[in-house]
Amino acid sequence: MLNNLMITITLLSVSSLVQAKVDILACEPEWASLAREIGGDKVEAYAATTAFQDPHHIQARPSLLAKARKADLLICSGAELEAGWLPILLKKSGNGAIRPGKPGHLMAADYVRLLEVLGRVTRSMGDVHASGNPHLHLDPGNILKVASVLNKRLQSIDKVNSDYYQKRFSSFSQKWKKAIKRWEKRSASLRGMLVVVHHRSWIYLESWLGLKEIAALEPKPGLPPTSTHLVKVLKQVQSTPAKAIIHSPYQQQKSAKWLSGKSGIPVVKLPFTVGGTPQAKDLFSLFDDTINRLLAINR
Amino acid sequence: MSFHGKLAFVSILPAAISVSQLHAEPQASIVVDGIISSYSQDPEEYRLPGFQLGGEAGLHDEGWSFGHNEFAVSGEIGGILEGQFTGVMHQHEGEQEFELEELWLQTLGLGQGVTLKAGRFFSDIGYLNNTHPHAWDFVDAPLIYRGILGNQYKDNGLQGSWIAPTETYLRLGTEAFTGSEFPFDYDGGGIGSWSLFADIGGDFDVSHSWQLGISHLWGESNDRFGGHGHDHGESHEVEDAYGEEHLPAFTGDSSIAAVDFVYKWAPDGNYKERFFKLQMEYMYRREDGRIDLFHDGAFEESSPYEGRQQGGYIQGNYRFLPHWQGSLRYDLLTSSNRAVNAEILEEAGLESDYDPWRIGGAIAWVPNEYTTLRFQYNHDRSQPRTDHQFFVQFIYSFGAHGAHQF
Repeated sequence: MLNNLMITITLLSVSSLVQAKVDILACEPEWASLAREIGGDKVEAYAATTAFQDPHHIQARPSLLAKARKADLLICSGAELEAGWLPILLKKSGNGAIRPGKPGHLMAADYVRLLEVLGRVTRSMGDVHASGNPHLHLDPGNILKVASVLNKRLQSIDKVNSDYYQKRFSSFSQKWKKAIKRWEKRSASLRGMLVVVHHRSWIYLESWLGLKEIAALEPKPGLPPTSTHLVKVLKQVQSTPAKAIIHSPYQQQKSAKWLSGKSGIPVVKLPFTVGGTPQAKDLFSLFDDTINRLLAINR
Repeated sequence: MSFHGKLAFVSILPAAISVSQLHAEPQASIVVDGIISSYSQDPEEYRLPGFQLGGEAGLHDEGWSFGHNEFAVSGEIGGILEGQFTGVMHQHEGEQEFELEELWLQTLGLGQGVTLKAGRFFSDIGYLNNTHPHAWDFVDAPLIYRGILGNQYKDNGLQGSWIAPTETYLRLGTEAFTGSEFPFDYDGGGIGSWSLFADIGGDFDVSHSWQLGISHLWGESNDRFGGHGHDHGESHEVEDAYGEEHLPAFTGDSSIAAVDFVYKWAPDGNYKERFFKLQMEYMYRREDGRIDLFHDGAFEESSPYEGRQQGGYIQGNYRFLPHWQGSLRYDLLTSSNRAVNAEILEEAGLESDYDPWRIGGAIAWVPNEYTTLRFQYNHDRSQPRTDHQFFVQFIYSFGAHGAHQF
């Protein structure tokens, strides 16, 4: 009887040790995916948003508060992308581990070189971010920089498994560097390709692949396309024909389709993040699929 | 946050502020709220039979008036405390009134899901009580808030809350207040009112989210008059059948129980273009004590009193285009108040022979996060004679834009 009890207690404590995974709340799917790459089965990563949601417009809903309450680590793009909802989660969750300045608070934007740093913004400029364009994950070099910071953070939060994280990071880093070479080789023909975008959320991809953005469907970032602005863009593409009109899964396609119908330029949905297309299952396939889709129309 | 309203003293902070320390700097905001109101009945004669109007309850002045104009400053102190100051200017019967609405400190990241708050703040009972009026979906408060809480209950006090480490959101909390604000009037010093509340919530799936709250508020009153603050001269006088003006005051114990439910839907959980919100609340108040009637400032008569008041509202809100939102609301109140001297109920406006109701619709144009233009109509049956109420409301906020609270 006593033996049985001892065995039960031992099993319970072992199982609770086994279950003590690092709880990670990722603001966007790409960071949840990265957390799984580095953290493996020692972490439990949850993405607060999906590829079909505009990360600017998220509700600080009860389920997210519950996740923030329990999180050991918060990983987000930063640069004010989540300014509409993340501050509420940080304030209301009563969780000290994910406060700014703590190892459990990781904002990717703090560790990469941001593009379009404006310094000073006014409302007339639209939904822009003073500290820079926050859609930084579509440059694979940035992913690697954030992976390296994430590796260190995981090691400091979960010291027992330091070696595990280090090994996984080293192997990810090698694989990722090889993949970057492969992507750059495959996408060489995309250099100089002219594109029209819906929202200015592609500048890191453009600067990496050498795409040239000639117009955006939104008259100002975050403001929905207007007919006068679309007519202007139509005139622009009639004189400088673009190869594609690019949009992400969370953006409405009406304006892109209208422009496509008038100009004959194909609309291309890119996954934007993990889960955005059936093919983009993780970070590797996200870039594979993005390049495949661009190559398919750039023949 | 794209648009900080920075104060002058921000410049003494270190130049290099990390991007991640988004809210380390004090932020200021101003909310301008202008309302045009039109009524088919005389707004001066507005009453809610069976309920005592107090606090901010009542109609907006006819014609052009200021609504709830706010000046707010908030900031973090050493990364462990958050503070907020909100001053309000609004118009009541042609007079501009200034009020200290909020002044509180709250812990940040205390750990274990615990948060403590102290100062002057809106109670977390109900769903709408802690929401600033400029974030409401209608120009005016639900009738039950008007009838029981004087629109909203705020007071000086302490709050402790805890979020459970569970997958389903569960928050429990308690508050202790001085009880010096409507719907209480406690002057014994110490704690005059206190509350308990619990919220649970979660997602049905990626597109559907919900939250259910239950709360209870207790308090004591010693000569609680209606009207604004404690200035008896400004209180709502009640006219009896003979045209005599009476001022009723309640002395005794109040107990308010409330249930609220909110459900939200957005296609794929993407709130940018379209979403739907269903919101409903129910409150029940029990009061035991006595009613004193005053006439021309002099005590007139008194009677033991038992108040039983209840009611609620249900509203739906549909953002059908990125910048357009339609809302519908139905309110219903009922009471069964009793007094030993039954005449005193009528003289105090607490008679229970009529159930006030109202149905209203609003359409709002929201071109961006900081501008709202709202058109609203109420078919108001607060009293037996229908009041056709029309409102146009314009809200503009300078400075920090509001976050997307559930």
